[in-house]
Amino acid sequence: MDLSIASILLLDGLSNGAIYALLALATVLVFTVTRVIFIPQGEFVAFGALTLAALQQGQRPGTVVFLLSLTGLVALLDLWAGWRAGEAATPLLRRVAQAAALPLGLSALAWWAAPLQLPLLLQVLLTLAIVTPMGPLLYRLAYQPLADASVLVLLIVSVGVHFSLTGLGLVFFGAEGSRNPSFWDSSFTLGPLFIAGQTVIILLASLALIVLLWLFFERSLYGKALRATAVNRLGARLMGISSTAAGRLSLAMAAFIGALSGVLISPTTTIFYDSGFLIGLKGFVAAVFAGLASYPGAALGAVLVGLLESFSSFWASAFKEVIVFTSILPVLLWRSLRNPHSDEH
Amino acid sequence: MRLNRSLLLPALGLALLFALPLLPVPEFWITQLNYIGMFALVSLGLVLLTGVGGLTSFGQAAFVGLGAYSTAVLSTQFSLSPWLGLLAGWLLTGGAAWLLALLTLRMSGHYLPLATIAWALSLNFSMANLELLGKYDGILGLPALQLFGISLQDGRAIYGLIWGIALLAALAVRNLLDSRPGRAIRALNGGVTMAEAMGVSTFRYKVIIFVLAALLASTSGWLFAHVQRTVNPSPFGLKMGIEYLFMAVVGGVVSVWGAFVGAGVFKLVEDQLKELLPALLGSNGNFEIIVLGIVLVLVLQHAPRGLWPYAQQLLQRWWPSQGRAQDWIDAEPLPQRAKPQAGEPLLQVERLRKQFGGLVAVNDVSFGIRAGEIIGLIGPNGAGKSTTFNLITGVLPASGGSVHFRGEDVSGLPSREIARRGVSRTFQHVKMMAEMTVLENVALGAYVRGHSGTLRALLRLDRAEEQRLFREAELQLRRIGMAEQAHELAGNLALGPQRLMEIARALCSDPALLLLDEPAAGLRHKEKQALAEVLRQLQREGLSVLLVEHDMEFVMGLTDRLVVMEFGTKLIEGTPAEVQASPEVRAAYLGTEH
Repeated sequence: MDLSIASILLLDGLSNGAIYALLALATVLVFTVTRVIFIPQGEFVAFGALTLAALQQGQRPGTVVFLLSLTGLVALLDLWAGWRAGEAATPLLRRVAQAAALPLGLSALAWWAAPLQLPLLLQVLLTLAIVTPMGPLLYRLAYQPLADASVLVLLIVSVGVHFSLTGLGLVFFGAEGSRNPSFWDSSFTLGPLFIAGQTVIILLASLALIVLLWLFFERSLYGKALRATAVNRLGARLMGISSTAAGRLSLAMAAFIGALSGVLISPTTTIFYDSGFLIGLKGFVAAVFAGLASYPGAALGAVLVGLLESFSSFWASAFKEVIVFTSILPVLLWRSLRNPHSDEH
Repeated sequence: MRLNRSLLLPALGLALLFALPLLPVPEFWITQLNYIGMFALVSLGLVLLTGVGGLTSFGQAAFVGLGAYSTAVLSTQFSLSPWLGLLAGWLLTGGAAWLLALLTLRMSGHYLPLATIAWALSLNFSMANLELLGKYDGILGLPALQLFGISLQDGRAIYGLIWGIALLAALAVRNLLDSRPGRAIRALNGGVTMAEAMGVSTFRYKVIIFVLAALLASTSGWLFAHVQRTVNPSPFGLKMGIEYLFMAVVGGVVSVWGAFVGAGVFKLVEDQLKELLPALLGSNGNFEIIVLGIVLVLVLQHAPRGLWPYAQQLLQRWWPSQGRAQDWIDAEPLPQRAKPQAGEPLLQVERLRKQFGGLVAVNDVSFGIRAGEIIGLIGPNGAGKSTTFNLITGVLPASGGSVHFRGEDVSGLPSREIARRGVSRTFQHVKMMAEMTVLENVALGAYVRGHSGTLRALLRLDRAEEQRLFREAELQLRRIGMAEQAHELAGNLALGPQRLMEIARALCSDPALLLLDEPAAGLRHKEKQALAEVLRQLQREGLSVLLVEHDMEFVMGLTDRLVVMEFGTKLIEGTPAEVQASPEVRAAYLGTEH
């Protein structure tokens, strides 16, 4: 290996690592706030990439119909629950309608705008607008009824949601993969380095999102409410922070981050309906590096995973995935020696 | 006649099950049942792991794969007997599971399933890329199994072997759950602190059930390889791993038979979906996972115990569940440890200290107990009494100071080691297994006095010792006045009796020192008097007691000496009369006059 190959691998590892970092942050966020180990994170990546691909071809993506169905289901469930709790009809209807208004509006917008062949940037925004509301809706359907269950039960629920979303991805997008055009066709040479415009965009967008997340958690009231819930759910609830609202917000952020990651990498690799799972899982490995608790740790772990992946794809390409996923074992050993504790659920 | 009736239906069912291949039933039925038997074997392991132990694994399919590939390589490339392949599969799978368990089980419960996902993926990618294992095409031309010279090539021929193994495995797991190690395993899900305080190494049992589940999966893989006569990576992927978990959860993780219900439902439903959905959607693909995923979530939300409890209700008429047969009347009593001489120093606490961050919960507290004494530890709420208990029994690590028990330094030992040395305790907030009977909960206390291990329990060779343990448990329940409630579920008891049950459990371990945390809370007046009488009787038998209690009448009448704590510090130590006369104690409880 000479320097130029090494630098290509380094750059490749960094740009993949940046994506994994975003996903790892989302994983840590969802776990600390809701105790849900959010396996379906990767499905949002595939949904994001493939929704954009459909928009590129002027088609109405299946995810719009899915968003509509989720909204309808949630509205029905909320009505049923409200009726059983003896809530008066008018405020109940108003509440349910208010909750459904935003996703309904977004679906309608997407339905109308999909065949228009809008400029790429608008299509990206539209994609994010379609996928992001799915997070809180899925939280309402799958996790909220079990909010007090053990981590183990929530994990099994996650696996069920992952199964369903993957299958639905196949229904929406078919078995064919898609690759989107690059956002920025320019490229730069820096000594031996050849930097594609898309790489610059990935790195900058990830960095910007990380800074935004930091500002959100440090400076905004919602961010602080999420942090409070992460530290102590009951305590936060007693201070008037609804753990349901915190759960929905964190899943909205997870869906947003997932969709954005999918949009960002879709020009660099072909995405299939089930590609998201492996990508999300690498973010997961990075989050486990950080014990599912520390944001900077997760970001650092993600860069390591990205580098490990790009270098092993050079030396042993067939065993790339084996190496990445086996690397979790020594990390677990290190963590278990450093901090041995087993908690009661 | 009750015995006959309760056995009639299972016996008939069993006869029908094994006679089925001899009857003119379609080949398709036999094939389906073969798969159900093999699937049930794997999900049986998940029942043990998830339903009983509160752990889980998404990687069981990978263990199935290890079993299948082991026998495939040995029987094709080395022409060895498939039976050696079974053994090799067990060694390989057991080793891999043991390693994974060591890596993850010391940490919080969710690292194991995460590690199994990663492990299942890497193993599957390895199978698909290794030249030795035939890459994606796998290994073809496996020999058929031979049993006593008969070839089991035909689906009808191997049917008996599959179901024989599956049912034997189910019986063995049932045996295990009703045994000394089984009670420890059943305490893993939510009762870790309590089990450790009863002398159980919970880590050890977590490793054991994970390895057992992996061995069951490996056995299923061995059968699968010789039924299919070919192996390739696809049936051992993460998707199948999740489907095994689906079977266990949907069938009912709380019962061994849930694994069979789940495997049956899964196989039949999946087949239907695989035909129905592609026709409905007009293209091919694994659409069934959509429905499986939704069903999994709905089951967890609305019927977390799965389908088995419903099936059990239906079967109740013909197959009534039987209570535990009382077969221990003639069992030999358990040996007792040599009791310390009255007056001999028993427990010495020196400058014991516990800090939680900046808060000093226990501040350099020292006191001693001599054999045969009843000592009360009293003080206002938040004085650090329960924390002191937790430090003495090793439930919490101390920040400083030392504890000597019978001359030996026990500070820093885990609670199970301290329990084995003869210190037993109850908890301020009752810790018990609500789903176990009172008798079983109490028998858990006798864990340290038994020796039967997992293997003896699986093979049901532990009955003589079990009878001795149950005899002891019943004896202690009788002593505490709860013999009548022995067969009730512990969760159905009121708070007072739950506390008494904890005392019986502690007594079962034949302690030299008994630590009782608010034993009289929730008891009625008469019950308190009876409890005090029992404690005096125990004292006469040479037992020493340290108790935390708020009922002053109870404490003053019972104890020899009192240690008073306030804000983590020892205020005063003396006889009940001295303490009652002390102005400091009055100030601590009632506040000072200004």
